[in-house]
Amino acid sequence: MPPESIPAAATDAAPAAAAPLLSVSGLTVSFDTPRGRASAINGVDFTLKRGELLCLLGESGSGKSVTLRALMRLLPERRSRVAGSVLLNGEDVYRLPERRMERLRGKAISMVFQEPMLALDPVYTIGQQIAETIVRHEGTSAAEAERRALELLEKVQIPSAKRRLHAYPHEMSGGMRQRAMIALALSCNPSLLLADEPTTALDATVQMQILLLLRQLQAELDMAVILVTHDIGVAAETADRVAVMYAGRFVELGSARQVLKDPRHPYTAGLLASTVQGDMRGRPLDTIPGAPPDLTALPPGCAYAPRCPYGDGSTLTASPPEVWLEPGRMARCVRAKAMAGATAVAD
Amino acid sequence: MFAYILRRILYIVPIALGVTLLVFALVHIAPGDPLNAVVGPDAPAEVVESLRRAYGFDRPLPVQYLIYLGNVLTGDLGQSVATGRPVVADLGRALGNTLILSVGAAIVGFTSGILLGALAGWHRGGLTDRLATLVTVIGVSVPHYWLGMVLVIVMAVELNLLPAMGMAPGGEGWGFTTTHLKHAVLPVITMSVIPMGIVARSVRATVAEVLQQEFVQALRAKGLGRGPVLRHVVRNVAPTIVSVLGLQFGYLLGGSILIETVFSWPGTGFLLNEAIFKRDIPLLQGTILMLGLFFVLLNLLVDIAQAALDPRMRRS
Repeated sequence: MPPESIPAAATDAAPAAAAPLLSVSGLTVSFDTPRGRASAINGVDFTLKRGELLCLLGESGSGKSVTLRALMRLLPERRSRVAGSVLLNGEDVYRLPERRMERLRGKAISMVFQEPMLALDPVYTIGQQIAETIVRHEGTSAAEAERRALELLEKVQIPSAKRRLHAYPHEMSGGMRQRAMIALALSCNPSLLLADEPTTALDATVQMQILLLLRQLQAELDMAVILVTHDIGVAAETADRVAVMYAGRFVELGSARQVLKDPRHPYTAGLLASTVQGDMRGRPLDTIPGAPPDLTALPPGCAYAPRCPYGDGSTLTASPPEVWLEPGRMARCVRAKAMAGATAVAD
Repeated sequence: MFAYILRRILYIVPIALGVTLLVFALVHIAPGDPLNAVVGPDAPAEVVESLRRAYGFDRPLPVQYLIYLGNVLTGDLGQSVATGRPVVADLGRALGNTLILSVGAAIVGFTSGILLGALAGWHRGGLTDRLATLVTVIGVSVPHYWLGMVLVIVMAVELNLLPAMGMAPGGEGWGFTTTHLKHAVLPVITMSVIPMGIVARSVRATVAEVLQQEFVQALRAKGLGRGPVLRHVVRNVAPTIVSVLGLQFGYLLGGSILIETVFSWPGTGFLLNEAIFKRDIPLLQGTILMLGLFFVLLNLLVDIAQAALDPRMRRS
């Protein structure tokens, strides 16, 4: 990397404060698979301010989790190709040497995984795993790190935290494990927290508690959060802004209210119509016909065109541009303006 | 943990009793009259009858078993029919000799197997993996008595670098001298090949499996570098590998009839071979009992080690 870029980023403290915390542009990710090259992310651009909560909404395979991993540069280097830039605090994540990147992971940017049972090391205690991160990034003594770990467990409201410190992951309930995972992710006060479907593996009642906890901690610590979910309810409940993903692209972006009340992309509209919201007793749910596209053979035009109820054939061959309806409000559809109020969402 | 260990130790008692019962039954399962080995088939009936009484074969079976068990518990494994020496003495010497070979083979085979397997698992699908897999497949496929003979022909006969057989120039007796170590080289290498292959294969599979688990990515997401991640992987691989190593060491302790015969190494395999051919039932019983008990003990140690390494095992 160019040596002058480190001091530049470090000394320009004043503009950096006004600049976005995270700025992603032209991000593409593809994987080598036995069936050919799969294009998982096909050009993602967005910025995130400090303390903001962005929800990535979409079905399985739309590229939400890959986006999160790409932001942390966690994708397997041998099998994946990443292009574009990810600027965190003005530093391009993909131009840092691996050693510097390791210093950022778990400190400036950290991740909460979907299945804490799988994401926690089964043969280390919760306390050891949290303390390890603190020692790694802050070089504190083991005793100090353990004291901090206890504080963190209390912060995420784990009952009898002192005892849980010495518990192994398999000795805790699912909700408790996810709390521990969150404590681990927060251990070094990250400015950006990535949460990959953090409530999917949990019971419905526990889901709500975890979301509330995340929301509360986010406000308390002034963290930016990117929350990946396929659950519209989760997005509505937590997000400042929502980005809807389809076939590795943002097809719609805007404030939670705008996107969920006034969708301007047929896919978002379809997603909303296929979800239970409010009182829908006695009314059948719509479904989106067809299936998501094969990522190894994406169509040349709009990836949603084959399933689109408004499709007239023109978008099958030519990819629609991003249509900016107002600052911060985007839909990648030729009908973005015409869609206004097109869907009656029960409220 | 303490309760777990106590429970495992208690489980040993019925298993060990089962082993003694099987070994005791051996005399009666084996075809032919056990006394035939002592006296010829044409011995006078009254001689056979008095021997039968002397060996206690005229008593009811349960009583015979209890007497046998009592003897075993007091360390009396009977006398060899062939030599008249106490079985315990012969067995002790043979076990010592086999121990030299098996510890040597364990050191060579386990280290090379773990290294090969770890490299292959870490670089799964790469060139290292394919090379390591080739070596391990050859290791488990080549008949080791054949390998032993080839090694003798090449290293001893053709190149004249190492002695071909025996523990020492004068026959038996061991000491840690260059001469003795030289005698051990070929049998140790021959014996280490199979455990090397088996250990390498399980290490490769376990490492590859652990590396695929999400927590490895989560460890990287915490900011850990290669070294610390590797430490976590080792801790997760260890319980499985310990059990494989324990089992393989058990097989090694049994000695190898073929290898000890090829190299004229007076160990347990050699002893077993002799006992079988001479129909030396007390010697056979004693050897099998000892090896069986070793196996049971080794399994206990493996269970305890596994529980110490993997907290999930402590509950069951």
